[in-house]
Amino acid sequence: MRRMKRTMLYLSLIIISLLCLFPFYWMIRSSFMSSEEIFGVLSKHWLPEKWRFENYVDALSAQPFGSYFLNTILLVALNLTGSLLASSWNAFGFARLNFRGENFWFTLVMISMMIPGTVLLIPQFIMWRNIGLYNTYWPLFVPSFFLNGFYIFLLRQFFKGIPLSYDEAARIDGAGYPQIYARIFLPMSKPVLMTVGVFSFMSTWNDFFTPLIYLSSKEKYTLSLGLQSFLGQYVSQWHYLMAASTVVALPMIVVFFIAQRSFIEGITFSGLKG
Amino acid sequence: MSPRTGLQPVKRTRSAFAREQHRWGYIFIAPAIIGLIVLTAYPIIFSFIVGLSEWDIITPMNFVGLRNYIQMFTKDELIGKSLIVTVKYTLMSVPLSNAVALIMALLLNTSVKGRSVFRTVFYIPSILPVVASAALWMYLYNPMYGALNEFLKMLGMQKLGWIYDKDMVLPCMAVMSAWASGNTAVIYLAGLQGIPRHLYEAVEIDGGGAFAKTRVITLPMLSPVILYNLIIGVIGSMQTFTQGYIMTDGGPQNASLFYVLLLYRRAFKNMEMGYASAMAWLLFVIIAALTLINFGFSRYWVYSEGDN
Repeated sequence: MRRMKRTMLYLSLIIISLLCLFPFYWMIRSSFMSSEEIFGVLSKHWLPEKWRFENYVDALSAQPFGSYFLNTILLVALNLTGSLLASSWNAFGFARLNFRGENFWFTLVMISMMIPGTVLLIPQFIMWRNIGLYNTYWPLFVPSFFLNGFYIFLLRQFFKGIPLSYDEAARIDGAGYPQIYARIFLPMSKPVLMTVGVFSFMSTWNDFFTPLIYLSSKEKYTLSLGLQSFLGQYVSQWHYLMAASTVVALPMIVVFFIAQRSFIEGITFSGLKG
Repeated sequence: MSPRTGLQPVKRTRSAFAREQHRWGYIFIAPAIIGLIVLTAYPIIFSFIVGLSEWDIITPMNFVGLRNYIQMFTKDELIGKSLIVTVKYTLMSVPLSNAVALIMALLLNTSVKGRSVFRTVFYIPSILPVVASAALWMYLYNPMYGALNEFLKMLGMQKLGWIYDKDMVLPCMAVMSAWASGNTAVIYLAGLQGIPRHLYEAVEIDGGGAFAKTRVITLPMLSPVILYNLIIGVIGSMQTFTQGYIMTDGGPQNASLFYVLLLYRRAFKNMEMGYASAMAWLLFVIIAALTLINFGFSRYWVYSEGDN
């Protein structure tokens, strides 16, 4: 009876794993196939007969994916800098300083996380357009330098766990708040800063809607936007489409494996406190 | 700060300290305050004003009062259609994704070998960029060359239209979202690991099995996490856009015309900024109402410590 239960348990885990992985297998398998194989019969083609690496070369040279990649990296770097600096700076104020209106502002920061982005979309678009920054990267990274409710929340929770004696010792040595923030809090918060960084990386890399709205000239496209326009041009050329999709997905998967703990701990933490 | 006279020296230093805290407090939260005012509050108010006007961004704004709203409710059939599509999709995808995530979490919360490997495997679909996963699933669901129809053929069954069938497109997209629900599973897993062991031992003493444990202990203890995931899930899926935009362009026969897709077309294809802003406000109100309803019902099923 006990044995059977365990077998059932492993069986369920393996079946779900296969369902999770099958689409990835299918994507990679197809990305190496010739179009004749793609349109052939499944039973003969679990794996490509010949691994056609040239699909990748063809797909990547059909559109300037190299420059899309660099554009995306630039945006990731800017957003990463913005969200790490601004959120930790803000969070220090909420975690360590007592001032009138603190609760009021913190409540607003929390509420801002619940506001659907759709209602802000059009007015923000109009705002950026009016100051002449449509079709530039400014709208895609400036907001990260101001308000990130979720990251502020994560960092504040972490900062509150740092013993007050550290601040007091530093104050006796004559340090002001900016020094305490920069010399004590930031170095002590590496794990949670890593989590914020990983989330920021992921949301910038995967964002499709914002670039779609703000970028009009092709040379400024991000990878997601480039992939979408590639989809429109190479309809039904599945081997190329899957090769391009693999290339867009791959860096994300690599980052995930490098920083797996930060991903999972961060999401765990946010879920519990939500 | 009220002016005080005749303070003791100690108190004076304390108030200097308080003043310093106050000043630095605002220096530290200044970016957030600017963000709240310029990037949140002002856009919400501005959006309401734009919603009362007719505006193509190029020519001057033309105030029309409630005309946009009246038109939305009386003349524009696509509004109702897209709201129904969006609500239907939410009713399918949120329960399905959460059920799948909960099952994943329950399976992971056992003493199996290789737990962290399974956890990683379950998580990976949720990190895939949405455009890439849309491309991938378009291919899987393709009626001519897709994997799913190949499987049906192998089993000797009839091929299906999948996302090209107006009755199947929303369930297909809900399955896609359930496939990527590993991040929700990890939240549930954290909740499960926070449940104290001794509660389960109490059920064991009373002779309860796994089913009783789940029903009496796990689900009530996990209910606040379930509520959190439902609320976040509803807010997210009411704003679904990319799947409809990339995979089906709202079709077939508007069967996947999500509300935000319609809003996008009105705002950025037809340049009807006023009308689209009014649409955004309606969605805002609907999402706020759904969130409140979620909270309201929660007292019937969410267990909170303190009341027995």
